Amino acid sequence: MNFTDSLANIGRQLVKSFKLLRRNTMGSVGFVIIVGVILLSFVGPYFWPAEQSANVDDINAGISLKHPLGADFQGQDNLIKVINGGRDIVTIAFVTGVTATLIAVVVGATSAFIGGRVDDFIMGLVNIWLTIPKFPLLAVLATVLKLNDVVTLSLLMALLDWPGLARQVRSQVLSLKRRDYVEAAIMLDLGTPHIVSRELLPNMMSFIAIATINTMTFAIYQQTGLVFLGIVPYSSANWGVMISAAERRGVLYNPQAMWSIVAPIGAIVLFQLGLVSFARSLDEIFNPRLRTSV
Amino acid sequence: MTTTIQTRFDLLTFWYQLKSNYLLQKIAQAIFVIWFVASVTFFVVRAMPGNAVDILIQDLTLAGVSPEDALNQASLLVGLDLNKPVYLQYTDYLINVVRGDFGNSYKSQGLKVSELIVQVLPWTLFSVGLSLIITFTLGIALGAIMAYNHDTWIDHLLSNIAATLDAVSPYLIGLLAILLIGVTWKWVPITDMRGAMSPGMQPEFSFEFIADIFIHVRVLLLVYVLSSIGSWMLQMKSSTIATLGEDYVTVARARGLPDSRILTAYVGRNATLPLFTRLAISIGFVVGGSVLLETLFTYRGVGFLLAKALSDRDYPIMQGVFLIITISVVFANLFADFVYGWLDPRIRISGGEG
Repeated sequence: MNFTDSLANIGRQLVKSFKLLRRNTMGSVGFVIIVGVILLSFVGPYFWPAEQSANVDDINAGISLKHPLGADFQGQDNLIKVINGGRDIVTIAFVTGVTATLIAVVVGATSAFIGGRVDDFIMGLVNIWLTIPKFPLLAVLATVLKLNDVVTLSLLMALLDWPGLARQVRSQVLSLKRRDYVEAAIMLDLGTPHIVSRELLPNMMSFIAIATINTMTFAIYQQTGLVFLGIVPYSSANWGVMISAAERRGVLYNPQAMWSIVAPIGAIVLFQLGLVSFARSLDEIFNPRLRTSV
Repeated sequence: MTTTIQTRFDLLTFWYQLKSNYLLQKIAQAIFVIWFVASVTFFVVRAMPGNAVDILIQDLTLAGVSPEDALNQASLLVGLDLNKPVYLQYTDYLINVVRGDFGNSYKSQGLKVSELIVQVLPWTLFSVGLSLIITFTLGIALGAIMAYNHDTWIDHLLSNIAATLDAVSPYLIGLLAILLIGVTWKWVPITDMRGAMSPGMQPEFSFEFIADIFIHVRVLLLVYVLSSIGSWMLQMKSSTIATLGEDYVTVARARGLPDSRILTAYVGRNATLPLFTRLAISIGFVVGGSVLLETLFTYRGVGFLLAKALSDRDYPIMQGVFLIITISVVFANLFADFVYGWLDPRIRISGGEG
């Protein structure tokens, strides 16, 4: 009963959020970008499948009606490559973001609720973890473990990325626990499931969503970086692979062929900007105080 | 009898002193982190099933070397006696790390990893250190400007720029910098962007050399600053807005103190404090980015060396460089903790959880 109740509650909140989102320009632009990128990456390939052969006539072609974003060193259309190269990136972003957030919420909330020595111990470990530079560690681990598929890579990144989030979740829970309405709920003995799902989580939703989105943009950065270093193999043609393939061919210094590196960079930047502007508006959607006063 | 009680008592008081002393606590934590990272790299590179050393021995035997010779050759490369049991290798390894001996490179035979690191480390310390100082001061100044002009066009403009910079990966900013500044607009000659100094230049204490290294580092520096300044600006803005609402600021205003004094002594100092706790994450982020950016700009620093070792699968270099990077970040954090404790006496006295 409790569970269906809280599901209905979350549903009601979502409907309310969408209404508010329509009023927030930056947030709706971000939302449209995110949905657009996801649709194009997952549905687009059925309409514009990847080209298999090279077109000698169109090598490094500039912008034209035939090639809206130019063509690459094999004469393949950049726009079609961008459409076919998004699926990996979107998958990595979501799998890493959601997994890292789940671990962080469970560990952070547990640490805050139990308190005492367990809390000291967990937070001690988290603080130590935070001082280890993550990207070099990820690069070393990915080299030693020889990762080949996108999901395993995402899970490894999530395993490395959760501690910072867990620390934030913990301090959020600690500060919320001291609020009057939560103390009242504890006093009324409404039970932990009720307190967590009705009093704590709704107040942490925007915070958790923003943290997830930040982890997502960081995951995209790490993946493209690993591809650039040649650690993650070139098996599929995603945006990161497109960038480093173009970079290795010296496209940066060849203004004629520039579009084959600008197209994937543009796609990643657009997706990251969409995510971040959506995250920034979430704060206003979930936090009524910000909406009215500031 | 009495002496044992005495020593136990001393140990206990020492333990409590350690727990209550902020600086000692931080130093102990730093040593622990370094030991932890050293052990993890040892475990990953040497003790795990199918680890890098086993593969090296396998490769040597496949190439026709007898098993004993292969073991001896590998021992020489790694700098450890591989005939010993693993736990003895581990203690030898820790002793070597303390001595600064990380074994020899696989690929460039005969080169010591520690010598390679000593060659490249100054460049990274120079570029990353300088960029951290610039980013921190500039970010704090801009964040304060945003907070003082809250909800005006300056604030909106700077906030949007900061959020955009914060969103885009450092690696992409680096690519765009080469593409725009170097190739399209031709503001900076491409030869100035590659490498840490002009070819044929000798490191010496002369004006030409110093000017040359600044000319070569400027674009890299710009990319470092652009990629991490956004989050500092936004943090400083919210922190300053929170401080401006504090009672003691209102009281200071009511007392008729000059604005400049309120800005520096009352608001600035207190608003900056929370940022120090984020320094750890930020330093790690910049150093992590250096692996990609130094490779992109062929700037021969620690990150460049690590990237090369990763693509060569040169495990001794990988291990040594990763340790050096971690140790540098840990020391930078220790320094930040000291400054924090010096700026905020509450932290020093209550032992961290203030």
